[in-house]
Amino acid sequence: MHEAGIAAGILKTVIDAAEGAGASRVNTVDVTVGELTEVVEDALHFAWGAATDGTIAQGSKLEITMLPARSRCADCAEVFGHGRYDGGRCPACGGYVVDLLAGRELRVDGIDID
Amino acid sequence: MKIDIGERILAANDDLAAGNRELFAEHGVYVLDLMASPGAGKTSTILATIDALRDRYSIAVIEGDIASKVDAEKVRAHGIPAVQINTGGACHLESAMIRRAVDTLDLDALDLIIIENVGNLVCPSDFDLGEHAKVMILSVPEGHDKPYKYPNIFQVSRAVILNKYDTVGVFDFDEAEFREVVGSLNPHAPIFPVSATKGDGVDAWAEWLAERIEAVKEGGSA
Ligand SMILES: Nc1nc2c(ncn2[C@@H]2O[C@H](COP(=O)(O)OP(=O)(O)O)[C@@H](O)[C@H]2O)c(=O)[nH]1
Ligand SMILES: [Mg+2]
Ligand SMILES: [Zn+2]
Ligand SMILES: [Zn+2]
Repeated sequence: MHEAGIAAGILKTVIDAAEGAGASRVNTVDVTVGELTEVVEDALHFAWGAATDGTIAQGSKLEITMLPARSRCADCAEVFGHGRYDGGRCPACGGYVVDLLAGRELRVDGIDID
Repeated sequence: MKIDIGERILAANDDLAAGNRELFAEHGVYVLDLMASPGAGKTSTILATIDALRDRYSIAVIEGDIASKVDAEKVRAHGIPAVQINTGGACHLESAMIRRAVDTLDLDALDLIIIENVGNLVCPSDFDLGEHAKVMILSVPEGHDKPYKYPNIFQVSRAVILNKYDTVGVFDFDEAEFREVVGSLNPHAPIFPVSATKGDGVDAWAEWLAERIEAVKEGGSA
């Protein structure tokens, strides 16, 4: 999987922010991951450990918030939560034209540093 | 001490993808990212698409593979420039790899670049390469249930090619169910039944692509 690449992406953002703030170490990193991405939580934890080795983020805790998917119906404006497979159709009116509001995010929310 | 960041994780890849997108727009070249499982017929579909469009458009191919260069050689044997990217183990292509490959091509002379992504139904769908469209191929022998298992790739695709359609009678492929599931995941994506090696159905797919190539040549966004 590509969790190693994602961990590298998180690390770059984290190190830029931590160094910019004059940090000596990073304690925790908060990230949000949409449930429709292909990210596997355990694999990301594992990749994080490997990616941070020898950096100021070594030993830091990666706090992953998984975000459920939500869509809005273009016909009736209903906003509904859904899983991976059942989001293509509005549960209220049966319409097929829906806009994804949430579920594909991959975001670093913040860090805790010393 | 807490610091708020709020930055997209694939930011580095997204930035590079935006750069690629700008470059493609500047040169009026349409870029297609073709995704599928290993053996679904990506290379065969690329060769068939080249045959359908080569009289009208100048085409190049970027071949992504974990190792080896056999696909690039097949394309070159067809008289079309091909750049091989070996990902060295990575299971998908990223924008930086595409940029390095594109830098070896003469973009002003090109109308269409087809990217053969690494054979994988999972992570290529998460990586923006700066392409105009991602399109996936499912081959009939893989089974009509694949959209249930890999919904993401069906959702990010602008069109779905159903390849090896010549074998549809041999396998218990339920086309009606396949169309219904893909339609509910992605109502805007047309499905093109194709037999890449025999040539059936290639024209309809190639016309869909040609319309988009034209729009980009004219400076639209397609
Ligand atoms: N019957 C049939 N075989 C096909 C078709 N397209 C590709 N193949 C065969 O499937 C195998 C894999 O094709 P290839 O294009 O290399 O797949 P790739 O790994 O996705 O690039 C080859 O043996 C092809 O000849 C098709 O439309 N019908
Ligand atoms: Mg191939
Ligand atoms: Zn509705
Ligand atoms: Zn990958």
